[in-house]
Amino acid sequence: MISYRVQRDLARAISGVENGVLTFDQALARVRAASGTNGTLPHADVIGVTGPPGAGKSTLVDRLIEGLRTGGETVAVIAVDPSSPFTQGAVLGDRVRMQRHSGDAGVYIRSMASRQAGGGLAPATRDAVRLAEAAGFDVVLVETVGVGQVELEIVAVADTIVVVTVPALGDAVQTIKAGLTEIADIFVVNMADRPGANATAVDLRHMVRESARDIPILQTIAQDGTGVAELLAAIVTKRAAGETNAVRAVRFEIVRRARDRAVATALATLDSADGAAVLERLRDHDITRSDAIDALLAILGGPVHAH
Amino acid sequence: MPTKVLVAKPGLDGHDRGAKIVARALRDAGMEVVYTGLHQTPEMIVNAAVQEDVDVIGVSILSGAHMTVFPRIMDLLRERDVDDIVVIAGGVIQEDDVPKLKAIGVRDVFNAEATTQQLIDGIESAVTAFGRDRKRREAAAH
Repeated sequence: MISYRVQRDLARAISGVENGVLTFDQALARVRAASGTNGTLPHADVIGVTGPPGAGKSTLVDRLIEGLRTGGETVAVIAVDPSSPFTQGAVLGDRVRMQRHSGDAGVYIRSMASRQAGGGLAPATRDAVRLAEAAGFDVVLVETVGVGQVELEIVAVADTIVVVTVPALGDAVQTIKAGLTEIADIFVVNMADRPGANATAVDLRHMVRESARDIPILQTIAQDGTGVAELLAAIVTKRAAGETNAVRAVRFEIVRRARDRAVATALATLDSADGAAVLERLRDHDITRSDAIDALLAILGGPVHAH
Repeated sequence: MPTKVLVAKPGLDGHDRGAKIVARALRDAGMEVVYTGLHQTPEMIVNAAVQEDVDVIGVSILSGAHMTVFPRIMDLLRERDVDDIVVIAGGVIQEDDVPKLKAIGVRDVFNAEATTQQLIDGIESAVTAFGRDRKRREAAAH
């Protein structure tokens, strides 16, 4: 059980990092002071639940909370919903499906708006996960926004990734496209009582057979709990074998940070006096586009590519 | 930072169209709105508000139970040492009860005639005067 006071301090610490009022280290120190985990290193298993909007992610998370609690584990949930790119506002509605756990001191649920982030999570999601871990929760469930094919930030956060889909979202070609299907540790075809569930599972099975990885494909009806026990069992198996995902998460994170850094450097180059001079010459038709690109890359210090 | 608001429907009210309209309007005003759905108890509302660390609890109530629900919410907040969340009431609330609600700490009351703009302005001014600035100060002071 995680006491009310620890939960409150965790909630405030998460807001602190979310709003830039606290650094992560300051927030962590507060959570540790509250939870008495100073000096020890609590470990939480992080389970990501992702998939398209309306696939039943929140309802499935509600069922997973139920199952994990029955097994005696404490559970924190970080559920992300989209922010408006126009007003920055958001309606965070994932809690609606999880209300019955209110009052259970072994469950903490936090909604987060995705803010300006585009990868299916919020900028502070990873920090929130680490803070929930420091508060002493055994498992952290991370529910992404409803995603399409390329919002894959969850890879950098979760030890085990459950990709939830529903029947009739597309033919077999969808299953071999890059992106979402590549990050699954477990596939779930939810709403399995609807027509086409078996066909969707078969398409996924073919795709998995052709890849080298062993990825369970399960069918659930989150609404009534059908198949959730099997999903929990699959998660337990994956958690036991979890090491490879740490490597994948770090690879993903390093590539992402390197990309961010490269973008920052590129923008700085464009804004520099030398960069501006090159763009000025391009504007005056003194040089061609290819010349301008080569000149800017030379300033950047990177390799000059042939066009 | 965006204002974070919990929009809650307590008790036996059978529909939440009004609460959803409010949620949408607050979203369009740039707020982050946690929507909890129907049939909330005061305990559930306060639990959610604490876990979400909202600036504002907005409770929409049409059933006439406001003189039962709001005192309980205010008591729970006090019991749990939460003094940085503003509570706002909306719905069908008799004139006579408005001062009583304010006396127990409900910051503002919006009846069914209030426009969404009045609600937005009311929330922003209440939060500025009370909740958010205080949270910022406390966070910075530690």
